Amino acid sequence: MRGLFSFHVSQRFLRVWQRNFTVYRKTWKINFLPPLLEPLFYLLAFGAGLSALVGKIQYHGAELSYVVFIAPALIAITIMYSAFFENTFSSFVRMYYQKTYDAMMATPLTLEEIVTGEIVWGATKSVFATVIMLVIISLFGLIYYPHGFLIIPLAFVGGLAFGSIGMFFTGIVPTIDIFNLPMFLFITPMFLFSGTFFPLENLPIWAQLIASLLPLTHLVNIIRSLSFGSLDVSLVWSTGYLLIFFMIFFPLAQHAMKKRLIK
Amino acid sequence: MAKANKYSNTVVIRAENVRKTFGALTAVDSISFTVKKGECFGILGPNGAGKTTTIRMLYGFSPITGGRLEILNTDISQGLVQIKFRIGVCQQENNLDPDLTVQQNLEVYARYFDIPLPKARRKAEELLGFLGLNHRKPNRVAELSGGMMRRLVLARALINDPELLILDEPTTGLDPQSRHQVWERLNELRSRGITILLTTHYMDEAAHLCDRLVIMDHGRILVEGEPLKLIRDHVGHNVIEVNEPNPELRDYICSHNFGYEDLGHRLIVYSRANDALFHKLSEEYCREGCVFRMATLEDVFLRLTGRELRE
Repeated sequence: MRGLFSFHVSQRFLRVWQRNFTVYRKTWKINFLPPLLEPLFYLLAFGAGLSALVGKIQYHGAELSYVVFIAPALIAITIMYSAFFENTFSSFVRMYYQKTYDAMMATPLTLEEIVTGEIVWGATKSVFATVIMLVIISLFGLIYYPHGFLIIPLAFVGGLAFGSIGMFFTGIVPTIDIFNLPMFLFITPMFLFSGTFFPLENLPIWAQLIASLLPLTHLVNIIRSLSFGSLDVSLVWSTGYLLIFFMIFFPLAQHAMKKRLIK
Repeated sequence: MAKANKYSNTVVIRAENVRKTFGALTAVDSISFTVKKGECFGILGPNGAGKTTTIRMLYGFSPITGGRLEILNTDISQGLVQIKFRIGVCQQENNLDPDLTVQQNLEVYARYFDIPLPKARRKAEELLGFLGLNHRKPNRVAELSGGMMRRLVLARALINDPELLILDEPTTGLDPQSRHQVWERLNELRSRGITILLTTHYMDEAAHLCDRLVIMDHGRILVEGEPLKLIRDHVGHNVIEVNEPNPELRDYICSHNFGYEDLGHRLIVYSRANDALFHKLSEEYCREGCVFRMATLEDVFLRLTGRELRE
């Protein structure tokens, strides 16, 4: 028997990516809408609506308008959601309902390549959404360049991390409804408590510690720093932290999918 | 040309004591068979006999638990990816890509085999023509009928010019027209020299398509051979079916050592030779409800695997 975590992936995993890209292009107008409209809605709601109540906020000793503070977090949240959704609900539909993986496994593609292709595709969707959002948010002058360009490759790294976590759940959930559990226990708390809508300094120390373990906290930190035009060593740590998540959950996802599908 | 000369002696599939267990359940219990180049080979059996498990092992979907499996002279545990480049598979379910059109289904599938797009387009054109789907190119899969979907699955399995075509119940759920169309295409593929392995529930399908077949039950191979020879060996030439047989007829059949099956309201007598027995029975024992017919593969199947329901 082969080892639990031994797998061989050839570059044919790109074929799986291409398949998803072909489908994406068919419906690109609809795919473009959420990342296009979402930042506009948020900026309107929080910028025009909520910031009148919040006023200026303190972040790392500087005083910022609320819109400036949350705009980068919106990008980080989109990176997380894009990849996580793609590799949970969408991947599950392809695997379970459409039997797309079954058809692929009758070709030279291996399951490892299929899973890799799916995760890389999820990360690609994070990148697509990020680029569209960057354009919109930049129009409001909320991103500092050229530092802001680094957000694009980081979207890929973040997408790999959240996509691998999503794919791991796809490997273990019995039915599609069960995705609500990781959504409410993992994704929603991150959405709220990763320094997205308020500075983490406002929380008690113990809560700050827990928040610092969340991968989204690190993604928000990096993107916020880059948006403000600051580069420091913490970016390397935070990127490394996301990569560690990827390196843990990628093999776990492979293992879970193998256990699920190879019978 | 005699059928036997049609095939070279090249072996395409060699299964030696292949086993598959799922926990305590033995789905396939040490089966051995070979399929030669150009042959159409059938695997028959009731539900749960191990047909699909066997076929899934053949195309590498399920790893084998024990034994040895060689396809196109390559050990499946070593060169699975290389083998998959050279085989075409029709799985039991129509797992076409619902997100894509008919044309795209073939083009995207061709990409999985590293076939460049211009060649894939040519091949798709040819196959859609071959399977009568040319006018459906821009349609989504959901717009196709069951028969068209099945033909598209077959087209897709042929995209890489496979040397071996593996079909898991290719015509289940199709109407008679569609079935015959699929058979016709399969016969044509066979005449081009493609080796075909299929599973089926339909005995007429097996008799029509297969040069050789095995009947499986409980994970084992019960018999192997050419359809006609299996009928001759296990049933005979003809079958007499008697509805509501009277006791005298039962006694007569029992005492004369004929092969028969007593189903209570129906008696099935396997008749080795001519219709003399039928005339005797119908004249002396039953004026009505007595039918004389040719023996079929279904008789062999039911005789070997029994008549009780499996599920």
